[in-house]
Amino acid sequence: MNTISVSSNAPRAVTKAAPSPFWNPYLAGFGLGLVLLAAYLIAGRGLGATGAFSSVAAWIANAISPEHAQATAVHARYLQSGPPWTAWLVYLLIGSAIGSAASGYAAGRWSISIERGPRVTDGQRLAFALVGGIIAGVGAKIARGCTSGQALTGASILNPGSLVFMVSVFAAAYAVAWTYRKEWL
Amino acid sequence: MFPLSSTMELTQAVSLGLAVLIGIGFGFFLEKAGFGSARKLVAVFYFYDMAVVKVMFTAIVTAMIGLFVLSSAGALDMAELYVEPTNYPAAILGGIVFGAGFVIGGYCPGTSLTAAATGRLDGVAFLAGIFVASYAYAEFLSGFDTWLASSALPDQTLPVLTGIPMGWFVLLFVGFLALAGWGMSLAERRFAGLRP
Repeated sequence: MNTISVSSNAPRAVTKAAPSPFWNPYLAGFGLGLVLLAAYLIAGRGLGATGAFSSVAAWIANAISPEHAQATAVHARYLQSGPPWTAWLVYLLIGSAIGSAASGYAAGRWSISIERGPRVTDGQRLAFALVGGIIAGVGAKIARGCTSGQALTGASILNPGSLVFMVSVFAAAYAVAWTYRKEWL
Repeated sequence: MFPLSSTMELTQAVSLGLAVLIGIGFGFFLEKAGFGSARKLVAVFYFYDMAVVKVMFTAIVTAMIGLFVLSSAGALDMAELYVEPTNYPAAILGGIVFGAGFVIGGYCPGTSLTAAATGRLDGVAFLAGIFVASYAYAEFLSGFDTWLASSALPDQTLPVLTGIPMGWFVLLFVGFLALAGWGMSLAERRFAGLRP
């Protein structure tokens, strides 16, 4: 992070305003809970962030070879519910990108940057992010859902499998966190 | 009355438009919570900022109370809500793998999109990773997936399984949130020195 020194004079146009602080977590969580409730009340199901990726993957596989895609159970399952441009979960993510970008921009947090701890390089961090994304993606596929589709959505309706998933996620994350402390601390 | 999906004929355009609106709210609150930042997210695993647990738990309890109140008032038919089929070994194995990926990658899928949408290149890399994983899973683990699906139990919820009314679970979760909130504020003070 660059430190921006601000002179005691009136800020000039080039001086970047400090980003707004994040919201109180309980307030943000309340808002997120209302969105989750709205998803249940409107669509009859909660949120989900990983399904959209499988929908796009199935569509690409089908474009390359329809026979192969139909013979592959997971691709075939997602193809059954139509192409990505008619998939509910894809539109949910499009909306999420819009909402995130608008909120980030308004708060002065929109910037091309890389989030990392002080002891790793940008290149190392990008490699960790890609590998972590692959690992988390496989985990979400095995568990049939991620923090959105299983943890939030399932826990709020008291699905025991979702509660077990959530406990497993945090147990594993705390178990490996110390090993990866150099990436973050 | 609710869910609208079973009581109204929503056209596809309306349904997808509503998905975008819900998504906007989803992304908005994730960003406001600070979840577009990997450093803010992983802080929870070093105890110096427990925002992830606070936000998740508050969201879960808020939605749970809403579902409970509306179904008790007769405005919502809980039986019409989709419940992800339950498979404990898959939940445990998937959860362990997912948790490791969370720490290494710094995000979970929803928050990596928030990060990417606010310009974070590591968020873009994480998204690319999820896509690779989704494609590879379908290609190499379709047989495993079919087995998982066939051994999953539909419509499992704690009130159905235990016969204990949902209201008691709501009370339990509210109490747990209050207790955990107190515990987390202690932890944050104790581990403040780990903040980089």
